[in-house]
Amino acid sequence: MSSSAISTKLPVGAIDTRATGWWAMIFVVFTEGSLFAYLLFSYYYLAVQPHLPGTFPQGGTPSLTLALPDTIILLLSSVAVAWAQFHIERNDKRYLVWGLGIAAILGMIFVVIQYFEWSGKPFTLASSPYSSLYFTVTGFHMAHVVVGVCMLWALFAWSAMGYFNRIRYAHIHIGALYWHFVDAVWLFVFFTFYITPLLGLK
Amino acid sequence: MSIAEYERAPVVAPADQQGLAARLLRIWKTEPGIGGWIATTDHKEIGLRYIVTAFAFLIAGGVEALIFRLQLAGPNLHLLTPEQYDQLFTTHGMTMIFLYAGPILSGFSNYLWPLILGARDMALPRLNALSYWIYLCAGIFLYAAFACGFGPNDGWFNYVPYAARAYNGGPNIDFYALGIILLGMSTTVGSINFVVTFLRLRAPGMSLNRIPILAWGTVTASAANIFAIPAVSLAFFLLWMDRNAGTHFFDVPAGGQPLLWQHLFWMFGHPWVYAIVLPAMGMVSDGLPVFCRRPLVGYTAVALGTVATMVLGFGVWVHHMFATGLPNVSLSFFSAASIIIAVPSAVAVFAWIATIWTGRPVFTTAFLFFASFIVLFTIGGVSGFMTGSLPVDWQLTDTYFVVAHIHYVLIGINVFPVAGAIYFWFPKFTGRLLDERLGRWNFWTMFVGFNLGFFPMHISGLLGMPRRVYTYADGMGWDWLNLITTFGSFVFAVGVLLLIINVVSSLRRGAIAGPNPWDAPTLEWSVSSPPPPYNFAVIPTVGSRHPLWEGRVPPQEGDSKSHVEGGMALDHGRETVGTTPLDAEPRIILKMPTDSYAPVLLSLALTAFFAGLGLHIWWLAIVGIVGAGLDILGWLWPEASLGETAEPANV
Amino acid sequence: MRQSGPIKPVSRAAFPAGLVLILIPCGSAWAAPLNYLLGHGDKAYPVVALTWGVLLISIAVIAIISLLVAGAIWRRPGIGVQAPGTRVELSDREGGAIWIWVGVGISSVVLLASVVWTMRVLADVTSPSTPAALTIEVTGRQWWWQVRYLSNDPARIFTTANEIHIPTGVPVAFRLIGGDVIHSFWVPALSGKTDTIPGQINETWMEAAKPGTYRGQCTEYCGIEHAHMGLVVVAQAPAQFRAWYDHQLQSPAPVAGAQAQGQADFNMHCGSCHAVRGTEAAGVLGPDLSHLMSRKTIAAATLANTPDNLTRWISDPQGVKPGALMQRPELSAPELAGIRTYLETLN
Repeated sequence: MSSSAISTKLPVGAIDTRATGWWAMIFVVFTEGSLFAYLLFSYYYLAVQPHLPGTFPQGGTPSLTLALPDTIILLLSSVAVAWAQFHIERNDKRYLVWGLGIAAILGMIFVVIQYFEWSGKPFTLASSPYSSLYFTVTGFHMAHVVVGVCMLWALFAWSAMGYFNRIRYAHIHIGALYWHFVDAVWLFVFFTFYITPLLGLK
Repeated sequence: MSIAEYERAPVVAPADQQGLAARLLRIWKTEPGIGGWIATTDHKEIGLRYIVTAFAFLIAGGVEALIFRLQLAGPNLHLLTPEQYDQLFTTHGMTMIFLYAGPILSGFSNYLWPLILGARDMALPRLNALSYWIYLCAGIFLYAAFACGFGPNDGWFNYVPYAARAYNGGPNIDFYALGIILLGMSTTVGSINFVVTFLRLRAPGMSLNRIPILAWGTVTASAANIFAIPAVSLAFFLLWMDRNAGTHFFDVPAGGQPLLWQHLFWMFGHPWVYAIVLPAMGMVSDGLPVFCRRPLVGYTAVALGTVATMVLGFGVWVHHMFATGLPNVSLSFFSAASIIIAVPSAVAVFAWIATIWTGRPVFTTAFLFFASFIVLFTIGGVSGFMTGSLPVDWQLTDTYFVVAHIHYVLIGINVFPVAGAIYFWFPKFTGRLLDERLGRWNFWTMFVGFNLGFFPMHISGLLGMPRRVYTYADGMGWDWLNLITTFGSFVFAVGVLLLIINVVSSLRRGAIAGPNPWDAPTLEWSVSSPPPPYNFAVIPTVGSRHPLWEGRVPPQEGDSKSHVEGGMALDHGRETVGTTPLDAEPRIILKMPTDSYAPVLLSLALTAFFAGLGLHIWWLAIVGIVGAGLDILGWLWPEASLGETAEPANV
Repeated sequence: MRQSGPIKPVSRAAFPAGLVLILIPCGSAWAAPLNYLLGHGDKAYPVVALTWGVLLISIAVIAIISLLVAGAIWRRPGIGVQAPGTRVELSDREGGAIWIWVGVGISSVVLLASVVWTMRVLADVTSPSTPAALTIEVTGRQWWWQVRYLSNDPARIFTTANEIHIPTGVPVAFRLIGGDVIHSFWVPALSGKTDTIPGQINETWMEAAKPGTYRGQCTEYCGIEHAHMGLVVVAQAPAQFRAWYDHQLQSPAPVAGAQAQGQADFNMHCGSCHAVRGTEAAGVLGPDLSHLMSRKTIAAATLANTPDNLTRWISDPQGVKPGALMQRPELSAPELAGIRTYLETLN
């Protein structure tokens, strides 16, 4: 058999959802999502055990004053990332960079607001099972946000350096998946800690 | 930029085209020297490292067992203090379950998958290297603690409250917890690699119903690990927090719940025990038919049974908690599920028997291990069936009956297939055959020793001998049984020693194997022994489950002709072809990374982080985590050679 | 083409050899105190039957599968090891799928029947057919059992340790409390095991059909002396049980003379952990010793209750149960002998 080209051309390299990294990130999302599932399981498990009124949640139902705006900020940052991706798909690198930068800044604002919320709590990590859960679960989420913010800044820098175009932007695609995941997980955490007490789980 | 600048029509060439092999060798070979050895991403090297390291842990865990079997050989012996005994039996369990049973199968899968699937490497070669280096570092981390006298001492399952600081004040449990969390990272990234490889890197034409069962077993286990490992990592993290940060997850006086530990642990633990046997069962499903001279009977049923076992395996974890006083209503559900889960296993047993029955057995040592495994599997399976019945389990649980069960399933369904796999695939790894005569001695010593050692445990368990006791009184009716068990375990150890001797001596003096010493049907036997670094000079196309037996077995419906003599050359750098998940149609040319130091450095950084936490050296932890972050940044930096940046050139 | 070589004769010998090796210890072991293949009481009987049932099913399955594997291997002359790369003829047999359908079909029926039988036994043993005549509270502690007999009449509540007496012919309820870590309360001849878990109260019951002494054992790893945390259940006819109960309620007779010195030493060195009803010794960290000499064993069924063992236990607790929370008292041998003499009055 002599050399001959096959008739179909195949794309080369890391191209959007055909990039190996994207498939890997899907499973990272599954495993980290499982981690949060087990964290929230621990919350619900401890919540249904017999306890004195007012101890779970400790200090009464957690206030939404900071948490609700914080949630909206995180959602907006996901919108910013989606907006950035929308633009790179049309080869608009300027708005890609802007979108990533805005998302990163919103992410940092989320962290700062949550830090203030933490300092304002009437309990510490070691006060009770509830407080242990509160800081551990939101702390795990915070850690994922911090990693995500670092990632967004890296994407921002790489975009600014002109690495990506409308065909080759797998890193953006993969990073966006991670960031949307962090956002979605927050909705579950938020619902568990802030909404279920209002629905009667206390 | 148009999309056309990022495409290429891959050249199809004959496998023996002049210059192709030399070109591919230059592209794929690992650099010689210590640097190349550290930085390699070759799945074959990584697989062999996994196998060797896992065997080292098998020996360590085995020696630990032999020591405490001496203590248990008779009543009221004093060879060991209770503290020593407790650390030995815990470390034995930790070693075998975490550091041997999973990694050995990762090792075989790592080596074999690209070869049986028709690919040049695993989907994520650097991640592959990372999973090994973290495993090695975690194993050393855990054993360093043991060597310094701070080995874990609360059983491998580490129940609270005994594991809490109030009852276990030393750092033993802290090192155990942090080491297992670190090890979990290795297993997780390895599992992600297997799943992505299964979905993306199969040779063109290798549709789902043509994939070797080993791949089905490993991908099922890997998918399960992705969902299960966070449970145990979280459990250990929460425990570490309770012990070091004053939290109250498990701390009863403050309202914590000891059963939360058990739920989290067993939600991982039960899927894990299937994860450490399903790939081994897959190795038997692929190897046994070769020595029966026919394809596996009931391929589809076996593949589906593998997946079904794993899925059901997520629904039975409470059977480890039958004595905890949970409501009988929920316990009975788990009891029923634990009995019904035997059905998919029965599928595999009968498939294997049918394959032998309708085949022509070839009495190689590999065949002996694979065939005897069916009986050991059955014994382990029925003792599991017995413990699945709730009222019976209330008697059996925490007695030596369960110890018998777990060793029949672990040694019977993991070690025996591994031994068979060594005899089967050693020629492919090394180019030489193991000695068959020594192999017979090896097999019989292991088989007789194992049964002599562990069968009596069923009886001592039925006679009430509890688990995890460092000694027992005389007059309990267990004396003879324990003596026989101790004796048998030493015979078994001699058997394992014979295996190692066979391996070591055959490396130099074994008969030359050639590419296909067993006249076997799957793709790995179409390349040289050992395979070249690039595996296949051209990417094969697959038309059936047994490419090398085509024309000699009746074709299945939908089969076509496989091609190994010619295919895509893909020699513009390190490349392989990405295919679709169901029918394996070519979709993309994947650029693979070259060797890299990033994996080993990341492992060291993560180990430093956990060591810092364990030793309370906070600056070390910070250095570790920052180092890890920088390493990841460098690792993920977009590279033109991988086709990650806006470079149009077809590298 | 070589035959199978040494496999056939070796495996022919293996089965009977194995059987003999198993049966010898089995025969000698039937008197095992912790065995549960022979039950004694209404909670035990259905479970014993089910245990034997699943055991015999299991043995049958092992035998059948072994025969099938052996048959499959030896039904036709096998092939020996060939030179590497030899093209070996493939089997001309096809099919074989019927094995799977029949095998799985039969297995499923057996498994389903086992589930049904399991659920029926479960229904039988979950609670007794008549209400429990007596409730006993057992607290698992490292490494002994605190036993408290409950009653509606506060004057009939008392505490003892490690040896439980129950009347025959009636169900006895147990409340299981976790004192420190998780232990498991198990008296195999009478009932399956249930854990004592801190933070929750578990319940179980048992019923003894006839008088006898039944061994028990902690069966959840609880630390360094888990191996030496046994207990004894003594079933007595109702009249004897009542007599025992009334005796346990009494305080021990006052002592005088040489034993008074022993009592004084005991109160000083042991009274902070141990209690003797009606005396100064009121410690709750260790077993209640009010009627120590009425028990058959000491140190949680580790030693028979003899004078020599008692001396050994109190003068060298770490030698008997290394790691036990009882420390060697700083006393001379005559002082220890005096304490022992006092203890021997606690009938």
